[in-house]
Parts: sequence; structure tokens; C-alpha cells
Amino acid sequence: MGDDKLVGIVLVSHSGPVAESVAALATGLAGGGTTAPVAAAGGTEDGGLGTSSELIAAAAAKVDGGAGIAILTDLGSAVLTVKALIAEGDELPEGARLVDAPFVEGAVAAVVAASAGADIAAVEAAAVEAYSYRKV
Amino acid sequence: MLDAAFFRHWLTSAAALVDREAQRLTELDSPIGDADHGSNLQRGFAAVVATLEKDAPATPGAVLTLAGRQLISTVGGASGPLYGTLLRRTGKALGDAPEVSEQEFADALRAGVDAVSALGGAAHGDKTMLDALVPAVDALSESFDAARAAADEGALATTPLQARKGRASYLGERSIGHQDPGATSSALLFDALAQTAEAGRG
Repeated sequence: MGDDKLVGIVLVSHSGPVAESVAALATGLAGGGTTAPVAAAGGTEDGGLGTSSELIAAAAAKVDGGAGIAILTDLGSAVLTVKALIAEGDELPEGARLVDAPFVEGAVAAVVAASAGADIAAVEAAAVEAYSYRKV
Repeated sequence: MLDAAFFRHWLTSAAALVDREAQRLTELDSPIGDADHGSNLQRGFAAVVATLEKDAPATPGAVLTLAGRQLISTVGGASGPLYGTLLRRTGKALGDAPEVSEQEFADALRAGVDAVSALGGAAHGDKTMLDALVPAVDALSESFDAARAAADEGALATTPLQARKGRASYLGERSIGHQDPGATSSALLFDALAQTAEAGRG
């Protein structure tokens, strides 16, 4: 059933450990039961700080179930590389989009929403909504 | 007219200049960036030269799009998608013609510069590579030499500016007084372009 497909989430940070940790945090907070596929693409391929288009493409392929992919990034080259890959047209699976959201809060919102079966538009809306969460 | 060989020479010359100036670019990137601009571009352009040798694309458009793609995938920092987009978009604008006129190249490069501006959300005066690229492409209709001079001047003119984009923007007023590394590397591209044109005419 196509309805069972969950939106995939890709987390792109300048740091491998940051991307991995945020993925673990978001998955953990998504609770029990089925969680949406989440893949981290942090740092460069040799483990340094930066952005790797290869790691991003691999992560996107890993979480692609045909229901769309929400990509969340931290800053700078992470944002620009994802935008450039999307502009290329054939580097990422169809339905991959860059979501404008805070990295940690947006990731939690996106994974929770996707795990509940939300479609790509609803996952994006949940992640964007995280910007309105004021702490003070 | 400019053929694929002209563009391969341009990028090979650019790679040599980036290689020679890598340390200086990284030094410029130390006070206001994350001190990797030279090494990142060095890695990217070395990959560009390697892939152009291997694949030997036959048209100007194919040379530039292949080089741009290579920069996006190998640089690892923000300059990768920015320079990659510059070259790819320029290459796409040139289409698959076997030779292009200098004016066609100038027009295509303007499309590339506009794409860089759209990707990074920056404009002339924000203390970025656009401060060299915009005046250079404006001057390119005149001559390659004029474009080189305009790019150099544009890069030098970034020193008193306050950064509004990228990591340097977090420094606020402390970004003032430092020449922008991205504008400096952009000027190297136009230096390489003028050198390539001079060699071709000589």
C-alpha cells in the first residue's frame, strides 16, 4: 500500500557527530512504534567539518521510500550544497526538498510528524512551525 | 571565437593560480572565516583538472558544467556550491555550441553570476565573491584585461566593508578591515581568464 510509505528525513550538519546525535534525539522523541526513516549526513567524507554532497546524496537515497524527503540543514555550506544539489535536478531522489527550519527543533518536529504518517507538506509545515517556539 | 580548449586552459590556469595562492587565501580566511578557503578550493580545482583530463568534454558548455559539478562535490565548504553554480549555470547558458563568441560568453557568465547571487542571497557590497564577480562581468564586454582589473579592484574594495553573509557576518563590525577571501579567489579566476586569452592571442 502506497499509504504506508513514510516521508524520509535527512539531517545535514557541518559536523558528523551533530547530525548523528540530532538524528538519535529526534528518533528517540518520536516515541515507540514505527518511526520514519532518518539519515544523518554530517561533516565531510573524511570526518572533518564541512559538507559532503556525496554523503547527502547517499543519505537521501537511503531514506527514499517514494513519499518525499525533507532535508534539514544547519548553516552555510550545508544550506548552499543542498540547494545546489536540488538545482541540479538529478542528484537527489524525486520529492526531496530543503525545509526551512531550525535544525534541532525542526528535526524533532519533522520526525514526529513523519512517523505519524504525515505527508511531505505536513512534515514541512511541522518543521517550519518549530521557528515559532519561543524560549523566553 | 572561444572553443572547448580555451575553457579547459582557463580552468587549468585557474587551478594553478589557486594552487599558488592557496596559503594566502587561507590566511585571508583566518580572521573572518574558518581558515579553509585556500585548501578547499585547491582540492576542488585539482579535481576539476583531473576530471577534464579524463573526460575531455568537447564543447565550452560541457567543460564548464562538468567543472561546476566537480566543485560542488569536492570542495566541502560554501565556496563549492557557489563556484560550482557559477560554472554550471554559465555552461548551461552556453548550450552545446562547439564555439562561442566573447559576447556570448560574457552573457552566459552574467547568468552564472546571477545564479550565485540567488543561491547565496547576496548582492554586490555584501563583502562576498560577488564584489569581484559583478564588476568583472560588467567589464567583460570590454575586454578580458578590463575584467581582470575590475575583479582585482572589486576584491580590494571589500576590505572596508562589513560582512552581511556567511560566517564573517557573525563578526559584525569586526569583519571590517579584512579583504574578503571569496572576492580574492574570484579575482584569481579572472586573472586566469586574461592569461588564457593572452596566451591564445600570442
